[in-house]
Amino acid sequence: MSEIKSINAISPVVEVKNLWKVFPKRQRSKGKKTLNIDVHDEVTISQMEKDGKVVVAVRDVSFEIYPGEIFIVMGLSGSGKSTLIRCLMRLIEVTAGTIKINDLDITSLSKKELVKHRRYQAAMVFQHYGLLPHKTVLDNVAFGLKLRGEPKEERYRKANAAIERVGLKGWENYYPAALSGGMQQRVGIARALVMDAPVLLMDEPFSGLDPLISRQLQDELLRLQEEMKKSIMFVTHDLSEALRLGDRMAIMRRGSIVQIGTPDEIVSNPADDYVAAFVADERRTLEKTKLSLGNKLASTPASS
Amino acid sequence: MFPEHFTFHVAEQVNNFVDWLLNSYAPVFDAISTGILTMLLRINEILLMVPWWLYMIIVFVVLFTTTKKLIASLTLAILPLLIGAFELWALAMESLAVVLTAVIISLLIGIPMGILMAEINSFAVVIRPILDGMQTMPSFVYLIPAMMLFGLGKVPAVLATLIYSLPPVIRLTNMGLRHVPKNIEEAALAYGATKWQLLKEVRIPLAMPSILTGVNQTTMMALAMVVVASMIGARGLGQEVLLSINRIDIGRGFEAGLSVVVMAIVIDRVTQSIAKKWEPPQVRIIGKLLFKSFFL
Ligand SMILES: Nc1ncnc2c1ncn2[C@@H]1O[C@H](COP(=O)(O)OP(=O)(O)OP(=O)(O)O)[C@@H](O)[C@H]1O
Ligand SMILES: [Mg+2]
Repeated sequence: MSEIKSINAISPVVEVKNLWKVFPKRQRSKGKKTLNIDVHDEVTISQMEKDGKVVVAVRDVSFEIYPGEIFIVMGLSGSGKSTLIRCLMRLIEVTAGTIKINDLDITSLSKKELVKHRRYQAAMVFQHYGLLPHKTVLDNVAFGLKLRGEPKEERYRKANAAIERVGLKGWENYYPAALSGGMQQRVGIARALVMDAPVLLMDEPFSGLDPLISRQLQDELLRLQEEMKKSIMFVTHDLSEALRLGDRMAIMRRGSIVQIGTPDEIVSNPADDYVAAFVADERRTLEKTKLSLGNKLASTPASS
Repeated sequence: MFPEHFTFHVAEQVNNFVDWLLNSYAPVFDAISTGILTMLLRINEILLMVPWWLYMIIVFVVLFTTTKKLIASLTLAILPLLIGAFELWALAMESLAVVLTAVIISLLIGIPMGILMAEINSFAVVIRPILDGMQTMPSFVYLIPAMMLFGLGKVPAVLATLIYSLPPVIRLTNMGLRHVPKNIEEAALAYGATKWQLLKEVRIPLAMPSILTGVNQTTMMALAMVVVASMIGARGLGQEVLLSINRIDIGRGFEAGLSVVVMAIVIDRVTQSIAKKWEPPQVRIIGKLLFKSFFL
């Protein structure tokens, strides 16, 4: 009994509970109107949604990410994936719920603590790279360390190592503008790796790249993950990417998570039509391979 | 013409008010006055100390290293010879000293104000209409408050020039900061930048092309104003123009006018080329925005 308990007791690195993010609809009048709604009052919320007063970008979302796993968040455009990942960095304030990273509640951090969280606990990779155009590759990678206040020598040593790790040796003194999209994202990844944070947040990092390059970067991420064993939250809308990378995945629709599970579970047992539509292609190819495999098996003894 | 019982004057009240102001804050005005004057004289001294050919070399080197255009740089470097040939060199330096003093103070006030405008929305809301108003007013108008407080002479001339040339640098600093791409700011924040770090490491460097365009425009405005300000004692080339207008001496006026134009062209090119040099690679996006907001 106690043994089973200890196995179950691997505590999650990231623990999101009943997270809500409600945006006020962008109105003509400027100035942020702070939205005060009780998310437990379902009637009011759905009414306000219907009236077009608010957008519920994240709706009562709960999940955990365990040490060393790649957790995929998938969903159509506008389903709230970016909003969710931003909440984990508290780049936007959550409406309700808790986010714990290494047992620290992100939602209640003071400004100072929040800066510390961003500097040490989690690093982020963006879809549109978000590199600093006025800094060289080296300075871009060392940027987070500079913000942290690490001495110059130290941060350049670390940055050079990270640059080598993502295969950009020799490009240290170029500006991002001189690099292709794939290379820029490598810089983005190096910038995140160099922070050596336990949590890595990646918001569609490869979806702007052409398939071959994105494939290559997926492989590289897996290789890096082999060494690093970070806890990664990876947002994508590409199923094949999700299946290649994911240890577990969550499917989002209109702000809610409709299913969480391993890729296999989700492909073979979609929870509803939405998920089924998502994985339809994959199921078809799966059935085909099964079929052809069956045929092969059936035909092999006959031919021999 | 106009019904007599409707007329009234405020001239006396204004005069009284100014007198009161000058009396009660005499030390403040004195301090400002001596401060500006010392700075101005010092700059003028330095400008006159530098031999004429060194200016040409400086202009050439700056232009050539930034633009790499030999003929254009050479032409612009030689152009100031005209001023010397017209025997207007010392006067030109006098005007340049007023311009430089005014521009330096403008930047010291304007850039922080532009930053504040970009950071604090309510401040921007207050300042923007004032800037709009300032830019629609004819340059003469600025002579009045300067003269009211400081009388005639170089100090009010610098002050009028300074006020007139202030808006562009405030405006363009504010605009440059506001047009920094949001995704870049977000990335910096995600890596734990504080507000101050964000400003210093990301926003100001990315706004630099816009800020320097503001510096260029401010300088050009100051140069235009310095001619007008000679009416209240800026002396220099402006006074030469003014004198020839009064004496209907077209030839003399032409020489002085041409000298002002030469100065304007050279200063414009030099500041522009320095601005270009600062442009980080690929900030073309911001450049385009700048272009749009100017012409649309
Ligand atoms: N700042 C905001 N203000 C108002 N509404 C917003 C804001 N940000 C996002 N939204 C809305 O929240 C919803 C979810 O957006 P989000 O960007 O999280 O989707 P996404 O799943 O990342 O989509 P994509 O795949 O296109 O990136 C959308 O309907 C969007 O319009
Ligand atoms: Mg998104």
